[in-house]
Amino acid sequence: MKIHIKNGRLVDPKNGVDTIGDLCIAAGKIASINSIPAGFQACRVIDATGLIVCPGLVDLSARLRKPGLEYKATLESELEAAAAGGVTSLACPPDTDPPLDEPGLVEMLKHRTKSLDQVHVYPVGALTQKLKGERLTEMAELRDAGCIAFSHADAPLVNLHVLMQAMQYASTFGFSVWLRPQEASLANNGVAHDGEIATRLGLPPIPVCAETIALSNIIYLAREAAVKVHLCRISSAEGVSLVRTAKQQGLPVTCDVSINHVHLSEMDIDFFNTNCHLVPPLRSLHDRHALSRGLIDGTIDAICSDHAPVDEDAKLLPFGQAEVGAMGLELLLSLTFKWATSMNIPLIEALNTVTLAPARILGIDAGHLTLDAPADICIFDPEEYWHVSAATIKSQGKNTPFLGRELPGRVKFTLTDGNIVYES
Amino acid sequence: MNRNPQLNKHGELQHLLSTEGLPVSILLHILDTAESFAGVTEREVKKIPLLRGKSVFNLFFESSTRTRTTFEIAAKRLSADVINLNIAVSAQSKGETLLDTVNNLSAMHADMFVVRHSQSGAAHMIASHVQSEIHVINAGDGRHAHPTQALLDMFTIRRYKKDFHNLRVAIVGDILHSRVARSQIHALTTLGVPEVRVIAPKTLLPSKVERLGVHIYHDITQGLKEIDVIIMLRLQNERMLGASLPSTEEYFKYYGLTQEKLSLAKQDAIVMHPGPMNRGVEIDSAVADGKQSVILPQVTFGIAVRMAVMSILAGN
Repeated sequence: MKIHIKNGRLVDPKNGVDTIGDLCIAAGKIASINSIPAGFQACRVIDATGLIVCPGLVDLSARLRKPGLEYKATLESELEAAAAGGVTSLACPPDTDPPLDEPGLVEMLKHRTKSLDQVHVYPVGALTQKLKGERLTEMAELRDAGCIAFSHADAPLVNLHVLMQAMQYASTFGFSVWLRPQEASLANNGVAHDGEIATRLGLPPIPVCAETIALSNIIYLAREAAVKVHLCRISSAEGVSLVRTAKQQGLPVTCDVSINHVHLSEMDIDFFNTNCHLVPPLRSLHDRHALSRGLIDGTIDAICSDHAPVDEDAKLLPFGQAEVGAMGLELLLSLTFKWATSMNIPLIEALNTVTLAPARILGIDAGHLTLDAPADICIFDPEEYWHVSAATIKSQGKNTPFLGRELPGRVKFTLTDGNIVYES
Repeated sequence: MNRNPQLNKHGELQHLLSTEGLPVSILLHILDTAESFAGVTEREVKKIPLLRGKSVFNLFFESSTRTRTTFEIAAKRLSADVINLNIAVSAQSKGETLLDTVNNLSAMHADMFVVRHSQSGAAHMIASHVQSEIHVINAGDGRHAHPTQALLDMFTIRRYKKDFHNLRVAIVGDILHSRVARSQIHALTTLGVPEVRVIAPKTLLPSKVERLGVHIYHDITQGLKEIDVIIMLRLQNERMLGASLPSTEEYFKYYGLTQEKLSLAKQDAIVMHPGPMNRGVEIDSAVADGKQSVILPQVTFGIAVRMAVMSILAGN
């Protein structure tokens, strides 16, 4: 399908473009920028006057709950949510049931998502069998089946010898290892940041050192194993400075943060709001500020949604028993846009953290608007606000701390490989 | 930030979930009302008809003797029908969720729920889901709050010390895991006690506890100086398993209240304990049974205070 996007504000971090112009799409690729190819006959003209045209978002952490957890969400519901959020590529962590530790499971997931033909899905394979932290998975087989990296999701990896072996094995093949730093024995079944709010509410605490100790371990082991490491969802100021030092020393580490942690802090738990029961926990205002600084100075490369749809009953429990996580695919763009506006960050830099930067971490050709690049595009209205409610959310999970909020930036069109997969 | 979920739109008590955030006027109203009930318990006919025809459900998801019994007595003295549910061994073990249990009981026309649960925030969650005519009283949720215990402690302190404004109060022991301590701290600071101290080893103090308005002491001999009221907390045996403490013996030696340590406080200091006591662990028997101890009067006052809370809720 040939599409002519007219008169939009093109924002492309890779090429440093932020200008009003046109984009033509043919055969799933960007056919021209700011000019119309001779004889181009558009099947569809999108008037993007007043709208922003940017690369489709790339989300580094979105749980689709397939296989095994369909009562929380289905591929159909979550990929529709992704498209509605302007997300055109996403990586899904291996914490499904069973975990993504066998090639067959990955192939099935790839096949199912491909047949839905909405959004590119990149499975992250399990680093150890059943995510038990004991035996390595068949990483090379899993890569051949479609895994782009290997992680331990939120499962504890207690044995550091196993972690080092896993890193060395991954390094053999040039695979990336994705880890969310948290030392389980220090987290000690905690449910909230070890600070004033947990003290007031009597919630079992998770100290910051649970993150920093794990980060130190990972950084030293990664140096030893010479493996590419991606650090998922760091949450603390101390964590940011450890990553900053590691990068300054030239280690091949990258890092992301969840959009929830960019906006929220322990204060948002308010009176036991279970939608704020997140992993890692929402930390102090000081930590939140440091996460923003880390994004601005490049210590943190990318923002992810950390999408985790949870069924309503699992949140209607006392805080500590409520299931962790928040949905976020449909909020990533609006919340990133809101963050940029409130922090006075140029839009092109903010969008980089949800498009080009995560695409580079994934090692995929996405997240930019270059001639002949795949036409994965998000078109949104920066002036339009929308109300976050169970009715407006397409994800099967309605669990988010932002329920009831008005957010800026409404997605109008999402294109994957030149096909319109969402239109509002 | 939401409105305080304990108050209705007129600022009156709708539920009693925590002593935090309650205005001093409400705390004093509860204490004054309890004074008027304190006489009732000494009368020959101990019943008054304020809650006649009302159903009070005691929902105890965690075992309790003292608290459940005093709530039951309080409700019965107010002429309410009392239904005791020991959920720890019934519906929950069959997999029913907390809210399903509550909804089922609401359908039986409950007027008031008295809730104890091992999870912090359980009473808040129930309160935010019941119909507006049902009142919830938190009888202890996890480490979070135990407001009626704190109120009966305030009642006791006022009985013996008359005025809150010139007192030094020390809370000694496992502050970290104690819902009682949290509720006491909020109540004491709200009622205008100028100095509240917490005395404990670092492993039994939550982080940033000073933000609650207390002074931290690790040395009990320093911490008890000039003290008017000593509140001892129960030390649970599992603290030794969780690496919080090496032994009960060492704990008793350094933090247990003995006659000798008590003599460091003011001469007329009173000794309190929310119970159940571990004699020889946090408190020496000679002190627990001594003339400065007000531990048994605390239990008696608990009935009047719980009557006060129930009658005020029913009236709103």
